[in-house]
Amino acid sequence: MREKIEVSINGSTVAVDSSATVLEAALERDLFIPHLCHHQDLEPAGVCRLCLVEVDGRLVTACNAPVTEGAEIRTDTEAVKETRLGAVELLLVNHHRGTVDCEEGDACELSAIARFVGVDETRLDRYRRPDRLLATDTSNPFFEFDPNICVLCGICARTCDEIVGVAAIDFVHRGFDTTIGSAPGQQWINSDCVSCGECVVRCPTGSLSFTGFEIPEREVTTTCTYCGCGCGIHLGVSGDRLVSARGERENPSNEGRLCVKGRFGFTFVNSPDRLTTPLIRRNGTLEEATWDEALDLVAERFSASRGDAFAAIASAKLTNEENYVIQKFSRAVMGTNSVDHCARLCHSPSVAGLVQSFGSGAMTSSSKDLGDARCILAIGTNTTAAHPIIGLQVMRSIRAGGKLIVANPREIELARYADLHIQHRAGSDVALLMGMMRVIVDEELHDPEFIEARCENFEAFRDSLAEYDEATVEEKTGVPFAEIAEAARMYAQNSPAALLYAMGITQHTHGTDNVLATSNLALLTGNVGVPSGGVNPLRGQSNVQGACDMGALPNVYPGYQKVDVPEVKAKFEEAWGVELDDAPGLTHLEILAGVTAGPIRAIYLVGENPALSEADATHAREAMEKVDFLVVQDIFLTESAEYADVVLPAASFAEKDGTFTNTERRVQRVRKAIPPVGDSRDDAWITCAIARRMGAPGFDFESADEVMGEIASLTPSYGGITHDRIEQVGLQWPCPDASHPGTRYLHAETFPRPSGRGRFFPLEYRPPDEEPDAEYPLVLTTERSLYHYHTSTMTRRVPGLETLRPEELVEIHPRDAVALTIASGDRVRVTSRRGEVEARALVTEVSPPGTISMTFHFHEAPTNVLTNAAYDPVAKIPETKVCAVRVERA
Amino acid sequence: MATNNLGPVLSAFERRPESLISLLQAVQESLGYLPPDALGTVARHARVPRSRVYGVASFYSQFRFNPVGRQRVAVCRGTACHVGGARFILEQLERTLGIPEGQTTEDMEYSLETVACIGCCGLAPCISVNDEVSAKLTPKKVRKQFKQARK
Repeated sequence: MREKIEVSINGSTVAVDSSATVLEAALERDLFIPHLCHHQDLEPAGVCRLCLVEVDGRLVTACNAPVTEGAEIRTDTEAVKETRLGAVELLLVNHHRGTVDCEEGDACELSAIARFVGVDETRLDRYRRPDRLLATDTSNPFFEFDPNICVLCGICARTCDEIVGVAAIDFVHRGFDTTIGSAPGQQWINSDCVSCGECVVRCPTGSLSFTGFEIPEREVTTTCTYCGCGCGIHLGVSGDRLVSARGERENPSNEGRLCVKGRFGFTFVNSPDRLTTPLIRRNGTLEEATWDEALDLVAERFSASRGDAFAAIASAKLTNEENYVIQKFSRAVMGTNSVDHCARLCHSPSVAGLVQSFGSGAMTSSSKDLGDARCILAIGTNTTAAHPIIGLQVMRSIRAGGKLIVANPREIELARYADLHIQHRAGSDVALLMGMMRVIVDEELHDPEFIEARCENFEAFRDSLAEYDEATVEEKTGVPFAEIAEAARMYAQNSPAALLYAMGITQHTHGTDNVLATSNLALLTGNVGVPSGGVNPLRGQSNVQGACDMGALPNVYPGYQKVDVPEVKAKFEEAWGVELDDAPGLTHLEILAGVTAGPIRAIYLVGENPALSEADATHAREAMEKVDFLVVQDIFLTESAEYADVVLPAASFAEKDGTFTNTERRVQRVRKAIPPVGDSRDDAWITCAIARRMGAPGFDFESADEVMGEIASLTPSYGGITHDRIEQVGLQWPCPDASHPGTRYLHAETFPRPSGRGRFFPLEYRPPDEEPDAEYPLVLTTERSLYHYHTSTMTRRVPGLETLRPEELVEIHPRDAVALTIASGDRVRVTSRRGEVEARALVTEVSPPGTISMTFHFHEAPTNVLTNAAYDPVAKIPETKVCAVRVERA
Repeated sequence: MATNNLGPVLSAFERRPESLISLLQAVQESLGYLPPDALGTVARHARVPRSRVYGVASFYSQFRFNPVGRQRVAVCRGTACHVGGARFILEQLERTLGIPEGQTTEDMEYSLETVACIGCCGLAPCISVNDEVSAKLTPKKVRKQFKQARK
C-alpha cells in the first residue's frame, strides 16, 4: 500500500509515496514550501494559499494536491513567487501587527514566512485596512485568544473538530469580519470548549497563546499522574518548580495529545499546601515532628499490631515499585494479606469477572487500536470526561465511519456523536446486554466458528438467554426492545467491535455479573483476540492497573498469583525469606468495617481518601476516628488525614522515579523532575524506612530500578520489564522475558485459563440493592467531571481547574425540577437513608427523568455520604452508581 | 424562556445537519430572533456542533441574535436615499432612540436597522417602520415623528 512513484521536483527526479501530497513530498525532502494552514495531524484545507507550486505548469496549492506519476513540480518559478508574495502580503495586512518582525517572535510562523518570501514592508500600506482592534478573549483561565493576529488558517477550529471532536469553535461572521467564535457575543469559556489546549499548541501565529507561559529551563519526560490513559508528558522545570507540560509525540498512548488536566493540572505540585514535614497527633492536634520521631512511633505501634490487627490501603496514584513495597511490607513484615486499594471501589469486578471469563482482568486492546474499530459500544463510560485521550480514539473511529453505540442512563457528551444512544435504567446492564445477545443468537449473528474453536460453556449460557424475552428486557431496562435489537445488530455486524466500559458497569452489587455480560457479548461475536475489538475496562487512575498487578489486593501476590495456592506461597516465602499467611485478607470496605466489628487496630493509609471516596462515607469517617492507630501518607492534608495519628509527607509523581502501568497494560517510566518538596519523601522510601526500623530484612532498595528487578523476578507478566528497556517507549504486559516485545492485544491465540478457552457465563438479572420508593423517589447516580480527579485533592489546588468547575452540581431533569419547583442555581438538599448533602442544582436534560447525578469531587458536598455501601458478593465493590434519594429546596 | 417550548417547531424537521437553515428560520419565525439557548437546541436537533450553527447563522443577514423591538425601524441605504442624506436620517434616529444601528431599545419598543433598498426611490430618503414607509424625510421630521412616539 505504500507504493512509490516518481515525480520531478525542481528538475530532480525523486521517488515519493503515492499517497503523499505535493507538500508532504517536498517537506519530507527538506524542501521548504511556505505554509500556514497545513498541519501534519489534520486533513488538508488549502485555505491560506501560501503553499503554491507549479505542477505541470499549473499553479496549485501543494497541501491538497496529490502527487501523480511523472508530475513535474516546481517551487521556484516567477509565477509562484509573485502570486505567493501577494498572498503573504494580504495575510500580513490583515494581521494587525502587520510587520515582518512580529513581536510574537518564533511563535509566529507568518513572520518567518514573510522573511522567507522577501516581503517589502513599504508595499504593505497599499492594502492595509483601517485598524480594527478587537478585544483579546481572556475568559479561559489557561489560554487567551487575540483575534487581531489571527490569520484565519482554521487550524484551531479543525483541531477541535477533527482531533478533539468537540468543534467548540468555528469561523463565524464569515465575510469581511470573519473571526473564530462559538456563539453570539459569547466568550471562549461559554463555548463547548474542553480546555485541552490542543488548538493553542498548533496555532501558527501566537493568536492563541498560553496564559502566563514560562519557557522552562529544562524538560523531563514522564507519565501523567491523572487518569489511566497514561499519557507521555514533557514536564518543564525552572529551578525547583514545574512550569509547563506538553504532550510526548513519540508516546504511543497519546501521540502528543493531552487533556486539560494533563496539560494544565501539574501545578498542584507547586502548591503551598503541600505537606512538607511529618505530623504527630499530640493532645488532639497534629503537630510537626522529625522523621525520626514519626518513623519510630509508627514502627513501635505497627510492631504491636502485627497480623490480623493491621491493614494497609495502598494507592493507585503510587508507582508500581511503591505498591510492590507496600504489599510486601504488609505481607512479609506485618504478616497479613489485608492490603487493598481503591481499585476495590472502581474495577474490582473487572479483575474478578474477566479473570473468570478470559483468564486476565485487564483491557484486551491497545488504546490506539480502538480508533480502528468499526463499532464501539461504550457502556457505563463517560469516556470524553474520564478518559479524554481514549475519547479521542472514539472520535477517530467515528470519523473513519465506525459506528458508535452509547449505553448510558445520562446523555453524556459522546451521545451527541452516537448512532444509537440507549438510556437504560441505571443498574439494568445485565438485562440490556443479555437482551442484545438474545437478539444476536435468535438472528444467528453470532460467530459459531469462534465459539466452537475458542470458547466453552456456550450451551448453558444460551439456555440462560431464554428468560430475557422482549417483555422482560423492556421492563427491566425501560428501553424499547427495537432499540436494543438495533444495537445488537449494529454491534454484531460491524467487526471488529470494541466494547468500552468503566464505573457504570462495575459499581453495582452485580458488578461482576455486568462484567461477565460484557465478556459474553465479545465472545459471542468473536470480538476477542483481535486488535481493535475486545473488552476494555477503562481504568481510572494513573496506576490503578499497576497497583492491581503489584498485588495491592488481599487475595493475590504480584501478577495475580493467589495467596492460598501452596506453591505460590512457597515461592514468595523463599524469595522474601519469611513465613507468609495463606488466608486472603480483608478488602477495602471490610478493613474499615473491621475497626468496629473486627480485629483492625492499625491502618496504614497511603494516597487514598476514604472520607470522600468511600460509599456511605460517614461510616468510613467513623472508622478512621475510632481506629487505635491511623497513619496517613499523602502529599496533602486530606479530609482523611485529619483523622490521622501520624501524617507522613510523601513526594508527588514529579519528585520520584518509577513506573506506572496504564489502562492498556503499558508499563511506562515516571521520572523525577524536581527534588521532593520540603522534607517529603517518596512512598517507597517511607515504607522501607518503617520496615527497617521494625528490623525487617529485604527493604534496602537503592533505587526504583532495583525494586523493579525484584518485581520482574517474581511476576511472570512483568518478567521482561526493566527500567532500561522502557527508557524510550513503555512495554505492554504480558512481557515474560527480556526478549519479549510486549503484548499489543490479549488472547490472540489462547486464553490464559486452564482450558485455554474463553468461558461463557449464564447470568441472572438482579436489581440494584436500593430502588426508588415513595420516601426516596429518585435515583442518584455518581459521575466524574472532566476538570477534577478523584476527591480533587490535586485538581482543586490548580486554580484554573477550580475556575472551570468550582462546585458540586446536582444534575436534575427539567421534569423532576418543575415538580420540585427547583431552578438551575437553587441550593437543594439531597437526602438518602444514610445522610444528606447540600449543593446547587443544574437543571438539564443530560440527566434522565427520575435520576439525578452528582460527582464526588467536592468536600463541601460529600456525595458519598449518600451512597449505598451494599456490595457485590464476589468483588466486594459498593454500589456507588445507584441509590435512592429525595431532593428538596434547601 | 420560550426556548423550552421549541419541541413542536423542531419536530417538523429531520434530525440531520441538512435541516439546519430551515430549522433556524423556523425558530426565528417562532421567537422573533435566535437567542443563544435556541442555537444550542437547534444544534442538538440537527446533530451539529453549536459553533457550526452560529457559523452558518452569522453568515446570513436574515438571522438575528438579539430580540427585536415591537417597532422595527429600517433606514434605507439605497443609492437614492444615500444621495438624499440617509446618513443623517440614521444619525438622527440613533440619537433620538438612543441606540446604535443594529440594537433595540431597553423597553423593547424599537429596533434600528439599515436595509439596502426599500424599493421606493422616488420617495427618498425614506425609512420603514414595521413595513410601513415614511417618505421624503429630513432629520427634523424624523425627530418629530419619534419624539412624539417616545412619549
